[in-house]
Amino acid sequence: MDNYAVEMTGITKIFGEGFKANDNVNLRVKRGDIHALVGENGAGKSTLMNILYGMYRPDSGYIKINSAEKTFHSPSEAISGGIGMVHQHFMLVETLSVLENIILGDEPAGFAGIIDYNTCRKRIKELAFVFRIDIDLDAKVGSLPVGIQQKIEILKILYRNAEILILDEPTAVLTPRETEGLFKTLKELRSEGKTIILISHKMSEVLSISDRITVLRRGKVTGDLHTADTGKSELGRLIVGEEIADLSVKVKTPFEDTILEVKNVSIKNDRKFLAIEDISFLVQSGEILGIAGVEGNGQTELIEALSGIREIDSGTVLLNGKRLQQNDVIAHIPADRHKHGIVKEYPLYMNILLGRESESGFSTPYHLKQKELINYTDNLIKEFDIRPADHGQLMGGLSGGNQQKAVAARELTKDTDLIIASHPTRGLDIKAAKFVHEALLSERRKGKAVVLVSTDLSELLMLSDRIAVMYNGTITGMFKAVQTDENEIGMYMTGMMAKDSKK
Amino acid sequence: MISVITSLLIGAIFIAAIGQNPLEVYLQLFSQTLGNTYGIGQVLFKATPLILTGLSVAIAFKAGLFNIGAEGQLNIGAFASAWVGFTFVTMPWYILIPLSILAGFIGGALWASIAGVLKAKFGSHEVINTIMLNFIALALVSYLVNNIYPVPATIHTPEISPNAWLQRFDVLTGIFKGSPFNLSFLIALAACLLMYYLLWKTPLGYQINTLGLNKGAAEYSKMNVKKLIMLSMALAGGFAGLGGLNFVNGYKHYLELGFSENAGYIGIAVALIARNNPWGIIIAAIFFGILEYGGLTINTLVPKEIITILQAIVILIMISINHFIAQSRYKKFNAGTANG
Amino acid sequence: MVFFVSSCGKKEGSTVTGKLKVGLVFDVGGRGDKSFNDAAYRGLEKARQELGIEFEYIEPGPGADREAALRQFANRSDISVIFGIGFIFTDEITKMAVEYPDKKFACVDYTVDTSKTLPPNLVAIEFKEEEGSFLVGAIAGYLTKSNKVGFVGGMESPLIKKFQVSYEAGVKHANPNCQILIGYAGVTGDAFKNPGKGKELAMGQYSDGVDIIYHASGVTGLGVFEAAREMKKFAIGVDSDQNDEAPGIVITSMIKVVDVSVYDIIKEVKDGTFKGGRVETFGLKSKGVDYVYSDKNKNMIPDEVRTKVEAIRKEIIEGKITIPVK
Repeated sequence: MDNYAVEMTGITKIFGEGFKANDNVNLRVKRGDIHALVGENGAGKSTLMNILYGMYRPDSGYIKINSAEKTFHSPSEAISGGIGMVHQHFMLVETLSVLENIILGDEPAGFAGIIDYNTCRKRIKELAFVFRIDIDLDAKVGSLPVGIQQKIEILKILYRNAEILILDEPTAVLTPRETEGLFKTLKELRSEGKTIILISHKMSEVLSISDRITVLRRGKVTGDLHTADTGKSELGRLIVGEEIADLSVKVKTPFEDTILEVKNVSIKNDRKFLAIEDISFLVQSGEILGIAGVEGNGQTELIEALSGIREIDSGTVLLNGKRLQQNDVIAHIPADRHKHGIVKEYPLYMNILLGRESESGFSTPYHLKQKELINYTDNLIKEFDIRPADHGQLMGGLSGGNQQKAVAARELTKDTDLIIASHPTRGLDIKAAKFVHEALLSERRKGKAVVLVSTDLSELLMLSDRIAVMYNGTITGMFKAVQTDENEIGMYMTGMMAKDSKK
Repeated sequence: MISVITSLLIGAIFIAAIGQNPLEVYLQLFSQTLGNTYGIGQVLFKATPLILTGLSVAIAFKAGLFNIGAEGQLNIGAFASAWVGFTFVTMPWYILIPLSILAGFIGGALWASIAGVLKAKFGSHEVINTIMLNFIALALVSYLVNNIYPVPATIHTPEISPNAWLQRFDVLTGIFKGSPFNLSFLIALAACLLMYYLLWKTPLGYQINTLGLNKGAAEYSKMNVKKLIMLSMALAGGFAGLGGLNFVNGYKHYLELGFSENAGYIGIAVALIARNNPWGIIIAAIFFGILEYGGLTINTLVPKEIITILQAIVILIMISINHFIAQSRYKKFNAGTANG
Repeated sequence: MVFFVSSCGKKEGSTVTGKLKVGLVFDVGGRGDKSFNDAAYRGLEKARQELGIEFEYIEPGPGADREAALRQFANRSDISVIFGIGFIFTDEITKMAVEYPDKKFACVDYTVDTSKTLPPNLVAIEFKEEEGSFLVGAIAGYLTKSNKVGFVGGMESPLIKKFQVSYEAGVKHANPNCQILIGYAGVTGDAFKNPGKGKELAMGQYSDGVDIIYHASGVTGLGVFEAAREMKKFAIGVDSDQNDEAPGIVITSMIKVVDVSVYDIIKEVKDGTFKGGRVETFGLKSKGVDYVYSDKNKNMIPDEVRTKVEAIRKEIIEGKITIPVK
């Protein structure tokens, strides 16, 4: 008997009219391995995993689990077959406790159908101990950070006796620290004999944690590698199909005007507590100011205030020397695209209109200039390489990367000197992320002022002229990007160090 | 279409269960509603207020609001129309008719605005508020009719001036003889056109649509969400308020208590079936007109209670099948694009 | 007039014969109100059994349905007499009578407007409910032990107000110190078919110390009886003898002989003596309205009260008492 936990052979899946999401794909995962499945968005990774997980039926090919041929007709069958999946969007009930979430759907009924919480608690505690996951079982899930929520998802599938764990883009929503914690847990799982399939498109992560890598491009397998035997450039070539060129090198731009000036500003959050306390900074024309920090340290409130959505409690914000008005035009790429950036049900061109419907180029007070809008959209599609190149395509039908390109296209072409970009590449594949980065850099070259918020430190270091670190509603450090590194910023992010940042 | 056939089949089982021949009942229903101009006139007469209340529910829904209050808005608007009609009796028709129409719109709009303002300023839920406002509106109109403008031994207001009449089509054209089908139908159609233009051709409509589809996106694109909520509610109330013209200015020439026959509530079903599309609303309203008037035509064969049950079943089936179709379309759409 | 008329009504017997056929349109309460509409139905039934006629009926909703229902019958060649039951038909039936001079119309509770002449093919049937209500008011005034009586009306409207006001006058006539609580079930036609609301109103009044409630509220009144049964209090019925609805609870009922009036008109048509354009008044004098005093409820009305009430009846008939109506 060979020691493969999963063998998928000759898998083909066709959607709609002949679109091959998977084309004769072979995937073999050794028991006790961390096996990475990499590729761009739309390469067919999720489809392949959904087939394994019983969500889709393949049009051809077969699956063996521990050498026995298996067909799962539904996720619940897959779960009882020892396969568990942690989705990119967590499926947790925020108002329930950790314990309740873990047993949800699999509640052990005791006497008279009453849930036997004590037994479950004991079992979960054992699991948590074995895999060194430290969680308060009685906390409400909604109050926990995403990193912990993810561990709850993992516990949830371990609780259902999963031997094979599938993790879909697990680090997309994590801070560097949380990512580290996750990898620790994954290694614990491996050492206990669990098999892990990790879907990702972040090469550095994949290279640091996996044992083997399978690369997908456009539905086909383009590489099956030992992690130890490969490196970034080979992997990148297999993923994208060409060498990835480094981003344009930074040269100081010749502009000197101050575009944005924030002076002693305090901002309250929705619960009327101060989320930002007395911060000050400047952003100049042709400059990218990176804002680093663990999520929830006031970045959201700051951005909302700068873009005119949230009121400032005290202090002043000046845009081009004038006090910021609620109706000042500002380009804003929001952190949560789905919640704030797009309307899924609208076609692409109507998303381009979002926030710009009163511009005289697009409307009079009584009429929308539909023709002009569509022409404009068609130009943006070309300029920003949005695919499919169809202005009538429903936004919900676009891939995440193309949605983000559309948002960027809309915002960056606004008539303003100030651009605020919040996590602009979160969840995007390499190509799309690179596109957004270049777009931001190009705006910088044109003399725009850019405020870039991100938790991805390498992104910040690569794009920013200066980096401000936020912790607990204040700026704990301000650095020139060329004079700092991830370690230093990391320490300021966690509040371990602070220096007077007032400029 | 599938839903109509399914409804008819299930209805047939019920009719057979009470010992009547379903074919005979349906024959009578269709021949008397659609088989002659009088029946068609009756159906369109019934459909007229339903178009307007359907629009009312739909436009609120487009803004993400659930307007249960069309019934109250309709009554207040109708009273306003009637009041103008029986108060300014000396005005010429070219002033009085527009004034009466405007009064209906404003009456309904103001009434709905109570819920709109409460929602926008204090976040209190419009569903509860509009329901409560329905009760208040009915009681208020009843008080006005019985105590302030009473006509002895009746439950209606004084008659409006003939200058405020919206003429009946049988008088104007000679067809639809005997049916109260009148010019207010054209007002209802105009309201559909207005709603279509507003929602799909103007920046304001775009903002309302956006608010209803993704409130977060509306806020982040700096739309004035409070203003939009108040405006949408006012428009919803205005449309519902026009619904009274059909009965008051077009038919009886006075407001009679109970005239609205729950048109405000049926409007919810109309909007649901039409999926808030103004053209769909016309069709759905006519469909309900057939149900309503058809119920009366077969009343000599089938007891009223059974007719009510039949109507409810038809509504349920229409809505669930509609929903089912939408769901499967959505699934297809998802399967087609899920290729991550 | 060109109307496409498809009729295949076979509800109560066949249509083949040349029998007299009656079409009747009920008030909002509809059949099964154990009161006003059911009384009209009894008249129809009696006419069918004794006069051999046929009939069909419609139960319309509020608003525009009434005219449509009347018209539906008027367009039928086999129907020659059409009834509207309720004051609310006044306008519509007058209009229909003018439009269809070949048909005969009758309207129960027609609101007579002395400034207008009735069409020659319409009989207006009018009941002096205030006379009957005054009498049951007097009975309540004499019988109450708590010196508190109640009234529950259906839709708040001038017609029901008439019941209320004359009842109050009757109570005060018998017992000037008696307190009277008033409640209405609603402001639309639905208020006549809401027993739940009736029960709620009655429970409230009984808890406030009322021991007798007179209702004029159609089906809603069934809720009043229910409350009386639960609270072990008393009620007075309306329109028909409602003793059977709650024996031992219903002291008496203010009856309107709607059945007799319907039957009488049908008989006139059958006998060829129908004469339209007139108002047919049913009052205490002609026993068109009355209160029930029968073997079933005798024990609840003491002889001494009976004597006093009968004396009042005489005074009313002789015109010695003027009864307020609003």
